[in-house]
Amino acid sequence: MAYLTDRKRAHGLGASHSGTKAHWRMSLSSVALVLLVPLFVFTFGAILGSSYEEVVIYYQRPLPAVIALLTFLVGFWHFRAGAKIMIEDYSRGLSRKALLAGLTCLSYGLAAIGAFAVIRLAL
Amino acid sequence: MADVNRGNRPLSPHLSIYRWHIPMLTSILTRITGNALIVTAIMVVWWFAAAAAGPENFAVADGFIRSWFGDLVLFFSVLGLWYHTLAGIRHLIWDEGKMLELDKAELLGQIILIVSVLLTIFTVVVL
Repeated sequence: MAYLTDRKRAHGLGASHSGTKAHWRMSLSSVALVLLVPLFVFTFGAILGSSYEEVVIYYQRPLPAVIALLTFLVGFWHFRAGAKIMIEDYSRGLSRKALLAGLTCLSYGLAAIGAFAVIRLAL
Repeated sequence: MADVNRGNRPLSPHLSIYRWHIPMLTSILTRITGNALIVTAIMVVWWFAAAAAGPENFAVADGFIRSWFGDLVLFFSVLGLWYHTLAGIRHLIWDEGKMLELDKAELLGQIILIVSVLLTIFTVVVL
């Protein structure tokens, strides 16, 4: 113990035992989404309202497909991280665990379905 | 125990006692918009999955998203999305230690409220 610095002794003893990494990853995904969200809104918005054939042809083009794919992956990761903080703020005990499990299923599930759909449309 | 009087002490004032002000409003709106956007996300993923599944499935999802109800959800989604994006940029600015003074933070809050409405009008007009 005597060899540890004061900082090292306190490390990981905060209420959540972690946090700086979560904050940094949240910031990184935010920066990515500042670019992706406008790109997605205007590519998806441009084709919404067209026929089935036009939609399929549109998402066979690389740019709209890659934008949609990245928006799903980064967006759902960002949603999971944000909603996790909300759940941790407002709930306790078993309900917190259940909500976090449900959130994880929902986020990664939707990301996977969205990614699969885009890739299938594109190929 | 030095402190025997537990539970009978005045509680710290909570949400209901404060006058609503811009930093408070813009903070909770960030959380509300971010989490509410899951509704939009489910709708959009459904639309993509239906398009990948075939024309019959696509007709159902596309019909829903373009109905008056889907339109209404999309309109508020665009507003929420622009608001949340601007609020996120504000957090990135704050993370750099900038604009944290009370008057500047207030101004930043007013800016994101107004610009999110302007961006929504722009988006609705363009698309």
